[in-house]
Amino acid sequence: MTTMDYVKKISFYFAVFVIVFIAIFPFYYAILTSLKTGTDLFRVNYFPDSFDFSNYASVLGGRTFIRNIGNSVFIASTTVIFALFLAVTASYALARVKFKGRGLLLMTILGVSMFPQIAVLAGLFELIRYLGIYNTPWALILSYTIFTLPFTVWVLTTFMRGLPVEIEEAAIIDGATPWDIITKVFLPLMWPALVTTGLLAFIGAWNEFLFALTFTSSEITRTVPVAIALLSGTSQYETPWGTIMAASVIVTVPLIALVLVFQRKIVSGLTAGGVKG
Amino acid sequence: MSNSSLENGTKHRHKTSNSLSLQQQRVRAAFWFLAPMIVMLFCVAAWPLLRTIYFSFTDTSLTSLYEGEWVWFKNYLSYRELSSGRVIWRGTLADPAWWNAVWNTVRFSFVSVSIEAVLGILVALVLNAEFKGRGLVRAAILIPWAIPTIVSAKMWGWMLNDQFGIINDALLKIGLIDHKIAWTASIDTAMISVLIVDVWKTTPFMALLCLAGLQMIPKDVYEAAKVDGVHPVKVFFKVTLPLVRPALMVAVIFRILDALRIFDLIYVLTPNSKATKTMSIISRENLFEFDKFAYGSAQSTLLFAIIAIFVAAYIWLGKVDLGGKDER
Repeated sequence: MTTMDYVKKISFYFAVFVIVFIAIFPFYYAILTSLKTGTDLFRVNYFPDSFDFSNYASVLGGRTFIRNIGNSVFIASTTVIFALFLAVTASYALARVKFKGRGLLLMTILGVSMFPQIAVLAGLFELIRYLGIYNTPWALILSYTIFTLPFTVWVLTTFMRGLPVEIEEAAIIDGATPWDIITKVFLPLMWPALVTTGLLAFIGAWNEFLFALTFTSSEITRTVPVAIALLSGTSQYETPWGTIMAASVIVTVPLIALVLVFQRKIVSGLTAGGVKG
Repeated sequence: MSNSSLENGTKHRHKTSNSLSLQQQRVRAAFWFLAPMIVMLFCVAAWPLLRTIYFSFTDTSLTSLYEGEWVWFKNYLSYRELSSGRVIWRGTLADPAWWNAVWNTVRFSFVSVSIEAVLGILVALVLNAEFKGRGLVRAAILIPWAIPTIVSAKMWGWMLNDQFGIINDALLKIGLIDHKIAWTASIDTAMISVLIVDVWKTTPFMALLCLAGLQMIPKDVYEAAKVDGVHPVKVFFKVTLPLVRPALMVAVIFRILDALRIFDLIYVLTPNSKATKTMSIISRENLFEFDKFAYGSAQSTLLFAIIAIFVAAYIWLGKVDLGGKDER
């Protein structure tokens, strides 16, 4: 019994170790690389041995990277606030009011959230050109609505359905209008759900690449993922791995911090019906 | 007696007419609450989609968006008979590069989602056990999920670098390979590289959904199996797996839809490899890089059609309760 139990226990913890190791090693190695410069870069090491922050200095001191971070923050937060604003009222109607075609509408919203973004790329390009917002943050804020809005509506609708009817009935008896019900009764109860969906939508917008690549054309309007993808060295044949890794670490650390702080909320948000990666 | 029942009747009628107007008032409010969202979704989803489909039947080019002429199915399939009697087929459906992309996409989706499902369940089983530091482990596996795809593509691109990559170095040291492999550049291994990164990045998502499913299984089911002395492997296949299946299926469907439209990982990791060009990559190339706007629109319309059929089948087969019929 005892040896068998030990074997079981050891192999279990070994499995745990392997999972954690694989999950965090690439990021650890990115940090290692970001601290190396020159020929050090081309010498493989497994443990940190040089602490050279010049890659960070050159990324942050570059002409556009700070601007790119600013773009990403502005675009992602505006998109999220806009989506949440539209979604709160819409999800109340979808979750709490019976009307004809509600099922169909929900199905359409779910369908839009599964849309391949490439399918709207040509049409959106035309629309953005027509509106004259090509190569501005507004082009991305508009196009990101296609995935943030259905997602937030879907999750908030699921959440609102779970709230007890009684509180709403009490408000109706007191003569509250639907607008009062949303703003005074539901909104205070919805903060946790709003934070979770807002966070997930923010991460989605922050990481988006296809629209950001297509609808921007100059270095200063790029978002962070595009900037990193197109970061090039002094010559065409030289990839500046050190600076790329430094930039990657800079944009990933805030995300990881958010994820660790809001771990529970994120897990519940991901699993609560609105399952999107 | 009859009097009081009459009174009751009027009272009742009064009440229903009152609640009817309340219902009407609520429906009217609901309309105004929904209108902004519907208008917005129409502008960013329905209208652009219709325009893409329209473009796919024209000869529009990137530089003159409004001067395209209707050409029917020329971008999809058309043929011309030469004077020698030979028939030449043109259009996406006769384009080997397109079929290569379709095949790459399908192969990628099938393999990646299968591996992710198996690994996802395994990781979920480990996380479902109670042990010290479980919260930390769960936080750790969220990291690959949170890292932007572009960043993970770059990170892994560096680790898989043929000359200076740590993967080659480690494999050489262990003795698994005897020469350095050009993971991302070689046509034989490019797809494997993409699969490795995708599996690394999305298994956490799968694992968390499976874990949520596992945690809903009542504990006494396992206790009963233990009392009866059923082998753990049998318990897994006869009890756990059937009970987790609904959660797993949802995760698998969402992953397949995501995998079918994969773009950013491949764009950064293996940009020009024929072995990894997917439908999204090839459509965007034609749309914005090769100045074949209409041709690219036709390809993205086809990708949309494939995914739409898939979604329709899923909703129809799954009989998802979208209206929340059992709710208020």
